[in-house]
Amino acid sequence: MSTDTVRDARLLPDRRQPYYLDNAEREMRRRGLYDIPIVDCDSHCYETVCLPEIVAYIENPNVRRSFEFNSPLIIEPGLISGNMGDRTVGGRLHAGGAVSGDEEVYPLGEGGEMHPVAATTLRSMDAMAIDYSILFPTPMLNLGLNPDLKVREELTWAFNRWLVEDVVSADPRLLAMPLLPIHEPEQCLRTIRAFAGRPGVVGFMITCLQYEPLHRNRYMRVFAELNERGLPVAFHSAPNWRERPFTVLDSFLGVHALGFPFYAMIQLTNVVLTGMPERFPNIRWIFMEAGQAWVPFLIARLDNEYKQRSSEAPLLKRLPSEYIRDMYFTTQPFESHERAEDTRAMFDMMNGGRSLLYASDYPHQDFDTPASIWDQPRFTEEERKAVLGGNALELFGLPMPKLGEPAVSS
Amino acid sequence: MSDGAAPGSALQRYRVCPVDDVPEGGGVLVDLGGREVGVFKHQGELHAYDNRCLHQGGPVCSGEVLGVTRLELDAGGEVVREYLDDSDRRLICPWHGWEYDLVTGELAHDRRFRLRRFEVTVEDGIVYVDA
Repeated sequence: MSTDTVRDARLLPDRRQPYYLDNAEREMRRRGLYDIPIVDCDSHCYETVCLPEIVAYIENPNVRRSFEFNSPLIIEPGLISGNMGDRTVGGRLHAGGAVSGDEEVYPLGEGGEMHPVAATTLRSMDAMAIDYSILFPTPMLNLGLNPDLKVREELTWAFNRWLVEDVVSADPRLLAMPLLPIHEPEQCLRTIRAFAGRPGVVGFMITCLQYEPLHRNRYMRVFAELNERGLPVAFHSAPNWRERPFTVLDSFLGVHALGFPFYAMIQLTNVVLTGMPERFPNIRWIFMEAGQAWVPFLIARLDNEYKQRSSEAPLLKRLPSEYIRDMYFTTQPFESHERAEDTRAMFDMMNGGRSLLYASDYPHQDFDTPASIWDQPRFTEEERKAVLGGNALELFGLPMPKLGEPAVSS
Repeated sequence: MSDGAAPGSALQRYRVCPVDDVPEGGGVLVDLGGREVGVFKHQGELHAYDNRCLHQGGPVCSGEVLGVTRLELDAGGEVVREYLDDSDRRLICPWHGWEYDLVTGELAHDRRFRLRRFEVTVEDGIVYVDA
């Protein structure tokens, strides 16, 4: 060992790196992931850091006044509808807690002329070798729980305008799927007609966490409009500890594990059994942020039930599993089984090489870097590339991105 | 995921800091010529680990150092109390919460794997790491 010359170490204050994703950049470079196209189909913004900008787009003057008058401490639980549970496990996880002003995880104010949310998103994308990113909200994912239907409708519209006009417009790598306030079909149609075809808009999103029976006739014109335009629809999931069956659970671990797939399963089951893919064959159905381990379960479960009760699903021309295998599922959180061959079996059962779309979920605490897919030992290189980017490029019709490491290192 | 392989042969000695600057029950994070290493102190003993979680490569040495959470049960199986056991400290990756034994660097949920360790010594009150 050469110890003749002792060098001085450089101390990093508070045991913190300057940026939360500094290691990600190194890990991506180690795997050569800057050289393949990667599409993040589910990332998030902390939209409430820009609440005044969003509120300015609220059209109803009384709803707008409520948001202008009340402090942020009141607005998020009181007017948007909060969600229970400590994402950070008492601060063990550093993301997911300090929503605003967290300079380590979600730095704002470094973008110069660019919108700060666009700038911080691009910075995290560069660190994770991501070429395109579809942005979704965080607290406003819970709007479907808000009993004040005016707030739901108004805030959804305002958020969509802010996201599409102020954030996504900043850079062609940023994409959006505006939210549909599905309880109000007329407003959904207005939303689709206003935003479809705008730069960066690649489809529309319905939150899983709402209680509208989407197969009712009153909603069909919304899906007909999407079908006519051949647009993807994403069902984005979330947990809800207040949901009655979840109130018996001991910890947020259980709520988080079951909540996301629970609501995704409800929506997917309804979409399939009410024959929505038969009624609207041009819609591409995507299920987001529920992982994928539940999909093989649902495939077997619905097929078995359908064979015994097919008269209850008369629109179906194929087994439920066949419709499900034509759908899309985002990867995060990617649930690797302990045995790689079991992960491979899960992948095959859900037609993963075609149906899976990589998602980071950044800056939420359970985010996945592209390594979550790239490091799967039983996936071929071709399959990894398809999941990380190829499937999404094709689904959304995105141009091939310019590859290589970012010009300015994060 | 890979286990903690032995360091390579061409090692360089780095002067880290006075030993008293490493807090008991905590640590310091240093850059050693481009490699980040965390140096931690537990009951007066020093332990040095690569700042790379075995999960997705997260900055594990930036994480919280906490006693493992335990539940004390009575003879009837009822919970008496929940507490942090400071005799069994964990280094917790801030990205996704994977926990490591602070003394051995072993992954708490699968002790076949452990963080890469580095030789750490104290001479004349100064901490040195070979990396």
